[in-house]
Amino acid sequence: MNTLPWKNPARVAALESALSERILVIDGAMGTMLQAYKLDEDGYRGERFARGQTGTHAHGHGPDVNGHACDHDVKGNNDLLTLTRPDIIRAVHTAYLDAGADLVETNTFNSTTISQADYHLEHLVPELNREGARLARECCDAAEARTPGQPRFVIGVLGPTSRTASISPDVNNPGFRNVSFDELAKAYVEAATALVAGGADLLMVETVFDTLNAKAALFAIEQAFDAIGARVPVTISGTITDLSGRTLSGQTAEAFYYSLRHTRPLSIGLNCALGATQLRQYVEAIANVAECRVSTHPNAGLPNAFAEYDETPEDMARTVGEFARSGLVNMVGGCCGTTPAHIAAIASAVRGVAPRGLPRAIEAA
Amino acid sequence: MNQSTRYTRLSGLEPLVITPELLFINVGERTNVTGSAAFKKLIKEDRYDEAVEVARQQVASGAQILDVNMDEGLLDAEAAMVKFLNLIAAEPDIARIPVMVDSSKWSVIEAGLECLQGKGVVNSISLKEGEEIFLEQARKVLRYGAATVVMAFDEQGQADSVERRLEICTRSYELLTKKLGFPPEDIFFDSNIFPIATGIEEHANNAVNFIAAARELKKRFPDSHISGGVSNVSFSFRGNNTVREAIHSVFLFHAIKAGMDMGIVNAGAMPIYDDLDPELRERVEDVVLNRRSDATERLMEIAERYKKGAKEQDTGNALAWRELPVAKRLEHALVHGIDQFVVEDTELVRQTVTRTLDVIEGPLMDGMNVVGDLFGAGKMFLPQVVKSARVMKKAVAYLLPYMEEEKKRNGEVGKSNGKIVMATVKGDVHDIGKNIVGVVLACNNFEVVDLGVMVPAQKILDTAIAEKADMIGVSGLITPSLEEMAHVAKEMKRQNFNIPLLIGGATTSRAHTALRIEPNYETACVWVKDASRAVGVAQSLVSKELVDGFLAKVRAEYAEVRERHKHRGHGKRLVTLEAARSNASRLDWENYIPPVPRKPGITVFDDIPLTELLPVIDWTPFFQAWELHGHYPENLTDPVVGAQATELFNDAQKILKKIVDEKWLCAKAVVGFWPAARVGDDIELSDGDNPVMLHHLRQQADKPVERPNLCLADFIAPKESGVADWIGGFAVTAGLGIEEHLERFHKDNDDYSSIILKALADRLAEALAEYMHRRVRREFWGYVPDEDLDNEALIAEKYRGIRPAPGYPACPDHTEKATLFRLLDATNNAGIELTEGFSMYPAAAVSGWYFSHPDSQYFVVGKLTRDQVEDYAKRKAWTLQEAERWLSANLDYDPD
Repeated sequence: MNTLPWKNPARVAALESALSERILVIDGAMGTMLQAYKLDEDGYRGERFARGQTGTHAHGHGPDVNGHACDHDVKGNNDLLTLTRPDIIRAVHTAYLDAGADLVETNTFNSTTISQADYHLEHLVPELNREGARLARECCDAAEARTPGQPRFVIGVLGPTSRTASISPDVNNPGFRNVSFDELAKAYVEAATALVAGGADLLMVETVFDTLNAKAALFAIEQAFDAIGARVPVTISGTITDLSGRTLSGQTAEAFYYSLRHTRPLSIGLNCALGATQLRQYVEAIANVAECRVSTHPNAGLPNAFAEYDETPEDMARTVGEFARSGLVNMVGGCCGTTPAHIAAIASAVRGVAPRGLPRAIEAA
Repeated sequence: MNQSTRYTRLSGLEPLVITPELLFINVGERTNVTGSAAFKKLIKEDRYDEAVEVARQQVASGAQILDVNMDEGLLDAEAAMVKFLNLIAAEPDIARIPVMVDSSKWSVIEAGLECLQGKGVVNSISLKEGEEIFLEQARKVLRYGAATVVMAFDEQGQADSVERRLEICTRSYELLTKKLGFPPEDIFFDSNIFPIATGIEEHANNAVNFIAAARELKKRFPDSHISGGVSNVSFSFRGNNTVREAIHSVFLFHAIKAGMDMGIVNAGAMPIYDDLDPELRERVEDVVLNRRSDATERLMEIAERYKKGAKEQDTGNALAWRELPVAKRLEHALVHGIDQFVVEDTELVRQTVTRTLDVIEGPLMDGMNVVGDLFGAGKMFLPQVVKSARVMKKAVAYLLPYMEEEKKRNGEVGKSNGKIVMATVKGDVHDIGKNIVGVVLACNNFEVVDLGVMVPAQKILDTAIAEKADMIGVSGLITPSLEEMAHVAKEMKRQNFNIPLLIGGATTSRAHTALRIEPNYETACVWVKDASRAVGVAQSLVSKELVDGFLAKVRAEYAEVRERHKHRGHGKRLVTLEAARSNASRLDWENYIPPVPRKPGITVFDDIPLTELLPVIDWTPFFQAWELHGHYPENLTDPVVGAQATELFNDAQKILKKIVDEKWLCAKAVVGFWPAARVGDDIELSDGDNPVMLHHLRQQADKPVERPNLCLADFIAPKESGVADWIGGFAVTAGLGIEEHLERFHKDNDDYSSIILKALADRLAEALAEYMHRRVRREFWGYVPDEDLDNEALIAEKYRGIRPAPGYPACPDHTEKATLFRLLDATNNAGIELTEGFSMYPAAAVSGWYFSHPDSQYFVVGKLTRDQVEDYAKRKAWTLQEAERWLSANLDYDPD
């Protein structure tokens, strides 16, 4: 049990009070919004990482390091846009805040050394997280100024990484692992520390498809808090990968919660992989056992033949609205394929609906 | 929400919530090197596959938590712990329960915790090394998200009295809960179970004390648990398992009543208290409860009587599943492929339902779903699935008349997953693979309309329309079938079909489907690699949610294959026919005298005894037909497929014995030898006075001089050399008479035996070819009269001369079989017919040429350029289009 003080007790109090009053709305997909900008390789690189550039950048790495980065394409590295196109990231955050989101997720889904290794940009990890949190902070503060009655919170996002600690990538060698708990924990400590430094109000370990990765992330967060000497609330969101009702690593929703409840999260929930309709029974399974708040941010339906998500804001909001009226959730939002229109529709669907209450045992504990 | 009680919530892949209703949690102890000599041996010898089986057996026997301990002096315990935990994490039926990481070394525990995605249990921490270390380890346990066993051990030593147990446990509890906020429900006290009946006076009260302490601990700490290693209590009776198990049973009976709610036990060996022999139970109880001073002697008196062999117990259990409820019995029968009781069980269920169909849709389909899941998870192999299907078919066949009756009364029809029309295409007779796919699909509740072999395209299409099929599956083995499949696709497009076309069979490939079939029918063509993929593909195609995404993926994949093909690099560059010819192999004909056959002309063998063939059988392909890979006989002991391979092999031996004893099959052969001379890339053969041309193809790969571009004609002396040379030909079959037996199996709904029979006939035909070739070398051609090679050497082709078959890599043109058959009059002499696609019928047949030159060898002709195809067409008196059609699999270019 972590007994460290809150880093920002006033923010935590505001969040707790908002959560006890109403269902809070999380923002929608970042990736879907970025696609609309149709950025090419140069677009992703911006001025700072323009091809052939060997100039120094914020970290003052030597030219060899820069040259290294320049050798590899960075197109598709959405997290890099925090540094190269902060205007775009700001615009996306603002669009979601204007749509009514109470919480925005930082653009840091892949900002760990493990995921950035794909682009040879490991050295940017602290900066990506700090700046990602700072950008979201800036947008939230601006929104809060516009609508003073509605506090806005920054969720520092810790994604699953591109590797799995409890699944072998080699079918012929089931005992093999391409990442260890220690390696994951090390990567997450770095990311979490920078997210908190950049101003995240809370952290979210999300899109958990392998619970062992999440355990490493949560282990690392505790270490980061120890080093900082203070903590922020932590939330967890898992992913049921298909209609079998299991995570990729094979756990049921209930087992997933039991594996992580020792971290006493502010909330637990599910996101991604499925649309709201398919997710309902698993959200309900979690709501039945969770002693903390429950969240969900589903995809806009299942992907169609072109791997696009085409559930309309109205349809999605109707489904999520039912979750709310059934008392399953405390926080709702959107994952792949959702847009500000989805978030606005969801916000209006859950407005005035009472949030899921906390079980007595926890309040007493 | 009932969260008011502090239940322990552990997890593997599935949750384990310890509620009072569970009474007692069994922790499996056999995966512990300190407690199981057998497990220790497996780990020390690095036999992890078998070690994983021990875990599986523990779970199957009812273990709710799995204790894993690798503390052995000579082991790297950390590495062994990590390796074993990672391996069992990949086994869903083991990983579903939580793990207890058991070690006396903290570093091993920590390494183990870093492998667990679920919430496990640490075994153990204690005050042995003082408060500081105890709390630091407990803090780590919390952070890793585990529960923990706390040993009643402190700085002074291990607790043995009731008082010491209570003192240490209470101190531990206070420290954990007050200093760390450790959840009380995550604490499991192990207050030390010590042996009884040791003959030492002080030990007599060991069980009594443990039980007394348990009672008080449970009272003081109701949210925490009382655990212990149970087998310790009976340590003095090691070697006598009956008595040991009785002691465990009696001890637990009393300890559980006192509050013990978890124990490390051999989950598979726990007799029920009430089932114990009353005399034994009484004397054990005297010892456990220390009720009389001569208790130990009295137990020793009768102990010997209960020492019995393990075997006796094993056989007692073989039919234990018959005690299960009937639905579970059906599931067991389906999963294990036991058809012995299926009709009586099916009838029992039938009597309880209102609609007969409920028997199928209820317990039978539930059982088949278990089979499907196990197969999908790689836990069952094809032969098992086919056996399961046999059981299912028996049950369904039994129910059919009842359903017909009901249908007549109220017109109800069952719902299937979807309907597929399947066929081996025109000109091809091979259907083993197709039949396996059919069975697997049927197992998964697809309705399969199987049109058999040599089915013309239009018949397939008409049937699909008449049956309102959801998809069509076509299969074939020989290369001309590829062309026929493309034809089916073209016709589907022309006739405006819109259902998917599935492509399968040994010669088919993703590339061929993408390049030659799909462009003819863009609607949906899917290549199915093997039987194990068939269900996934079919299910994706009939699922409204999945079909679009699935087809989009397949289309994209094929488009990519085509794109890659278009831009394919010249990794394997071909040379012109002229250049290839100039790099032909030049054998030294001046210093070589070709052997003259002892028996030129044709020789017919009417009824070859099958017993002659048995020693020559090459079994490896038999297993491959069942998708059990690996070489015979090593595969019989393979850790993954060994058990299945052995079972299949035994079943095959039984059928093989019947084939031989009851003369199910008749083996015939015809061989012939003719004078021959090479003319260019062809061979001119003299059949009496008539010259007959045998046409051959030459490799065109870009090869260095020392590796010639081969053509079979090179192994025959050129006409201009004047050297008299010979060529041989043969056609053999072991499939005559197979039909009536297949028909019988079909009537019995026994696909399993039917497929085995076909595969055996194939093996016998191959063996016959090998057998005839040897006799040719030793007797009829006689160029190695004293050859003496064993079967392995034969399979490895360590003999002189080759027997290439038309349609196979060295001579890929199937149409040459027509010439061979004419020369041998194979249809009259050996009872083998050629189909219009140049496939042989019966399918269990082999034909080919004999070459005797010591340098003759097997090779792959490979890809051909247009110049050779044009040249070949001229030699065969074909149009270019005809040549391109028959050689389509070898073309290196896209024909116009």
